[in-house]
Amino acid sequence: MSDGLDGPEPEERPDPDGRRNSQGIRIDPEVEAEPEDRRAVLSALVKHEPGVLANISGLFRRRQFNIESLTVGPTTDPDRARITLEIEESEPGIEQAKKQLQKLVPVIAVTELEPTAIRRELALIKVDGSAPDQVGAVAEMYDGKTVDVSQESVTVEITGSEQKINAAVETFGRFGIHEIVRTGTAALERGTRKTT
Amino acid sequence: MSERTTQPPETEADSDTETTPTTVSSGATSVVRALENTGIEVMFGVQGGAIMPVYDALWNSDIDHVMMAHEQGAAHAADAYNVVSGEPGVCLATSGPGATNLVTGIADANMDSDAVVALTGQVPQSMVGSDAFQETDTTGITAPITKNNYFANDADTVGDTVGEAVALAGTGRPGPTLVDLPKDVTNAETDRDPGMAQTPETYMPQDEADHADVETAARAIEAADKPLLLFGGGVVKANAAETAREFATAYDIPVVTTMPGIGTMPEDHDLCLSWAGMHGTGYANMAINHTDLLIAVGTRFDDRLTGGIESFAPEAEVIHVDIDPAEISKNIHADYPLIGDAGRVLEQLDGALTTAPDADEWREQCLAWQEEYPMDYAAPDDEPLKPQFVVEALDEATSDEAIVTSGVGQHQMWASQYWTFREPRTWVSSHGLGTMGYGLPAAIGAKMAADDGEEVVCIDGDGSFLMTVQELSVAVREDLDITVAILNNEYIGMVRQWQDAFFEGRHMAAGYSWIPEFDKLAEAFGARGWRVDDYDEVADAVEEALDYDGPSVVDFHIDPAENVYPMVPSGGANDKFALSEDQL
Ligand SMILES: Cc1ncc(C[n+]2csc(CCOP(=O)(O)OP(=O)(O)O)c2C)c(N)n1
Repeated sequence: MSDGLDGPEPEERPDPDGRRNSQGIRIDPEVEAEPEDRRAVLSALVKHEPGVLANISGLFRRRQFNIESLTVGPTTDPDRARITLEIEESEPGIEQAKKQLQKLVPVIAVTELEPTAIRRELALIKVDGSAPDQVGAVAEMYDGKTVDVSQESVTVEITGSEQKINAAVETFGRFGIHEIVRTGTAALERGTRKTT
Repeated sequence: MSERTTQPPETEADSDTETTPTTVSSGATSVVRALENTGIEVMFGVQGGAIMPVYDALWNSDIDHVMMAHEQGAAHAADAYNVVSGEPGVCLATSGPGATNLVTGIADANMDSDAVVALTGQVPQSMVGSDAFQETDTTGITAPITKNNYFANDADTVGDTVGEAVALAGTGRPGPTLVDLPKDVTNAETDRDPGMAQTPETYMPQDEADHADVETAARAIEAADKPLLLFGGGVVKANAAETAREFATAYDIPVVTTMPGIGTMPEDHDLCLSWAGMHGTGYANMAINHTDLLIAVGTRFDDRLTGGIESFAPEAEVIHVDIDPAEISKNIHADYPLIGDAGRVLEQLDGALTTAPDADEWREQCLAWQEEYPMDYAAPDDEPLKPQFVVEALDEATSDEAIVTSGVGQHQMWASQYWTFREPRTWVSSHGLGTMGYGLPAAIGAKMAADDGEEVVCIDGDGSFLMTVQELSVAVREDLDITVAILNNEYIGMVRQWQDAFFEGRHMAAGYSWIPEFDKLAEAFGARGWRVDDYDEVADAVEEALDYDGPSVVDFHIDPAENVYPMVPSGGANDKFALSEDQL
């Protein structure tokens, strides 16, 4: 084995006291300072062309950001689509997600929506058909609609915030849920505030 | 050289102007016309069914084409061409296996932010998605490793798309782009001339940093006691080495570089502490870990540089200059983010500074570390040849502007440690991806980009050389005057070093129990070959190989037990580098 190089041993070298957290932020070495996760709703205006959604989802997969929900749809401009993305990440993670999104060439603009933004999700909930009246009554409670009825099942449509849908799902649970589908959140800023 | 030698040589006077622009009659001719418009002079590729129309359109073009032995070689050659010349490198491959063979080279260019444009053939659109012969989802495969890619679906616009791909690759933070060219599109008739190449309107890199941010950063520099400049590959890309040097000397601030930033500061300059990171110099790593203000320019804080994030420059505020906003606070939090072109922002900072930081003590400390941790090695005559000695011999025998390419492994580290680099664009290596086999095709690309008389030396490992050895046929055919120096330890040595350090010396799949005689292999390819075992043969072999007018290969049989030091164990603190194995 070779002898290596000359110089003082690692223990003999002066040691700085400082420390960074896993986000590379300098912190007081006495306290553990790891940022907490929070939920962020991002809205991206993108070119309406093949491959864009795959690029975006690929980006999130590669960076191991956990997507809570993702919705896409056209805008009034046929060349533009709007994507609403919900992620749960630390503050620096959210910043990084925005910048990485913005970096994709087909992405025109990215904004994080205000907490006050209008957020809606749609769910179709198919429950057992043995008590259609009761199902209808519960649906009404959630401003929902019965959209399909058969001998065996009743399907209701609910729109609203994610929390409202969660609550509805829980309530419908008592009828016995056969199937469920949810769209994920679509969101727009309130009033005259522009989303992107 | 190549097919183009059959054409009359251009005269000096018109060499800058297009002599015979391609007449657009098809998608393929439009592609070639677009490349001519952007000033592309050379491309590297391999033929094949789906790309044949584009090749055919090259028949009447002045663009030089170098036929490579393997598409990976084409991508690396294009990459090195970009590193050395600053102009985009273009590579060409057919669909399916041609495209997938490019992938490693594209990924390599992506990690090192090199402007590479890949043009791939694709099966006709009517067959796309049918698992046709030689079909792969090339845009799908390369999406995560390109800056942007394109599926061309219209002969009228394919030239504009190619122009955009070239422009985008070289603008802002450079990177690879790819255009997938279905055969029906390249074959289709069109007379639409592509316009001048333009970047997409959604891509608008910011050139100048915010004025107020520059002012605050300048105040931090003035107040620093232990300021340190860190120059990364971005300084090279931005052609900002000159500005960066002037900045460092004007304010007397010590400089460390990253490995891709090698050459931005002359390594023999008083202020230069060479490069930091896993195998960087002890003094660079000491400086990094003790600075109170790190002025980082054009670096993405790779983990091979930072070691463990927690212990990286733990007492430093960080000024981070980068053209790519997504790099800011990605790995290391930036206290003073300055988004913009490296050279431009350094000029802005220069304008905002009223005085140099008061850092006499700090500079002395840095010099003391240079004394304390010398980059040195013992080369006793009775022991096998030391690789460091070979690197130094090559450095001495060549000019300051000689271009060095390398494979990946221990030899790459010795090359970067013991060669004294003085100029940017003279160190051409695979940094971010760490691709074995990069060195030889890179030497070909570098030679195509080099000025007349500029020497190109590839310092390779035996393992790395074997990965792309077939490109020697290209160097011979093109009669490229390159010198390959193999530091042959009959091991994939870097792996063996880690096995020594972390796997109790179990050399599983690290040794070559039999290895070809590279000098003879070189001769078989039509190159010249030498074998060197002893110190007293080194100088002569180096001289003969450099003198030989064509590709030469010197197989240096070095001490198989030699390991690379210093070494920061991965995830460790930069100033806890080991100087020998027992410190690991
Ligand atoms: C394509 C590829 N495969 C595997 C590796 C992992 N690897 C890193 S260094 C190394 C050994 C390189 O051996 P050699 O080229 O002989 O150089 P040496 O370290 O002996 O100087 C290996 C296998 C890599 N970097 N690239």
